[in-house]
Amino acid sequence: MGTSFLPFFEQLSESTWSVALHESEIAYSLIESFHVWSLCLFFGLTVMFDLRLLGWIMPKVPVSEVIRRLQPWTILGFVLMVITGTLLVYAIPVRSYQNIFFRTKMLLMLLAGANILIFHSRVFPGVAKWDADAVPPKAARIAGAFSLVLWIGIVFSGRMIAYNWFDCDRQPQAAIINFLTSCVPSE
Amino acid sequence: MDLLPFFQWCYSTPIGEGIRNSTWLFPIIEAFHLLGLGLTAGAVLVVDLRLLGVGLRKQAPAQLWANTQPWLLGSVTLMFASGIPLFLSESIKCLYSFAFWVKMTSLLLVLLFTFTFLRRVTQMDPTSDRPLRARVTALISLVLWFGVAWGGRWIGFS
Repeated sequence: MGTSFLPFFEQLSESTWSVALHESEIAYSLIESFHVWSLCLFFGLTVMFDLRLLGWIMPKVPVSEVIRRLQPWTILGFVLMVITGTLLVYAIPVRSYQNIFFRTKMLLMLLAGANILIFHSRVFPGVAKWDADAVPPKAARIAGAFSLVLWIGIVFSGRMIAYNWFDCDRQPQAAIINFLTSCVPSE
Repeated sequence: MDLLPFFQWCYSTPIGEGIRNSTWLFPIIEAFHLLGLGLTAGAVLVVDLRLLGVGLRKQAPAQLWANTQPWLLGSVTLMFASGIPLFLSESIKCLYSFAFWVKMTSLLLVLLFTFTFLRRVTQMDPTSDRPLRARVTALISLVLWFGVAWGGRWIGFS
C-alpha cells in the first residue's frame, strides 16, 4: 500500500527546514495554534452551511446567499488550514505518513472533496428552484449530511494524529495495523 | 485566596482520576471539545461577520442572532460538558498554567459580553444602523474568543 512514498517522506525529514521546525517547540506550537484558529474559520462556517442545507438553521436566508457571502471566508480558512497543515506534516514527515489517523484523515478529505464536487456539479446548479426553501430538497440535504459527518470525522482523526498508540516504532502491533500504516517492523 | 486545596480536590475526584487512568478517554473527550469549539466559532462568526459588514449583509442581525443562538448555546454546553472533565483530570497543572487563566478570563468576559452588549447591538433597529458600534462590538467578541481558543490550545503545550 503505497510504500513507494516512504523515501519521499524520509528525504523530507532530512531537510534543514524540517529538522528546524521539528526542533523548535515555539514554531511548532504556533503553527499548530494557527491550524486550530483556521479550523474555527473553516470548520465553523462549513458546519453553518451544512446545517443550512439540512434545513436546521437560518431558514429565511437563501442558500445561494449563504454560499456567496460566506464561502470566501470558508476558502480563506481552508487555504490557511492547508498551509499550516502542510507545515505540520513537513515538521514530522515520516511519522505523519505512517500515522493511521493521518491516513484516515486524508481519505476522509478525498471523500469530502468528492462530495463538494458532486454538490456543485449536480445539486447546486438547480438552486433557483429551492433557494428560499426553509428545508432544501433531499439531494441537498444528503450533500449537507455527508459534508457534516465527513468534516467531523476529519477533525476527530486530525486531533488523534497527536497520539502514538499505533506508531510504527511501537511494536508489536496487530498485523492489520502494520498493513494499514505501511509499517515493516525491524526485527 | 488559596486555590490549591480546591484544585487538588478537583484533581482527586473519581472523574479526574478515571480520565487519568484511561488511555482513550482524554483524547476522545478532547476531540469532542475541539468539535464544540468549531461549532461555537461557526455560530459566533455568522453574527460577528454580519456586524462587521462582511458576512450576510442583507440579513437583519437580530434574525441571525435568533437563528444561531440555539447552536451557540448547544455548542457552549458541549464545551462545558467536555471541558470540565478535562479540567478535573489535570486541574493542578491548570492552576499553574498562564494559558489556563487567560482562557478562563477571556471565556468569562466573552460570555458576559455576548449575552449583554452584543445581544443588544444585534437587536438595534436596522434603520438606525450604527456600523461603528456594530463593528467594534464584533471585533471585541472575536478578540475575546481568540483568547479562549489560544489559551485552550496552549494549556496542552505547557
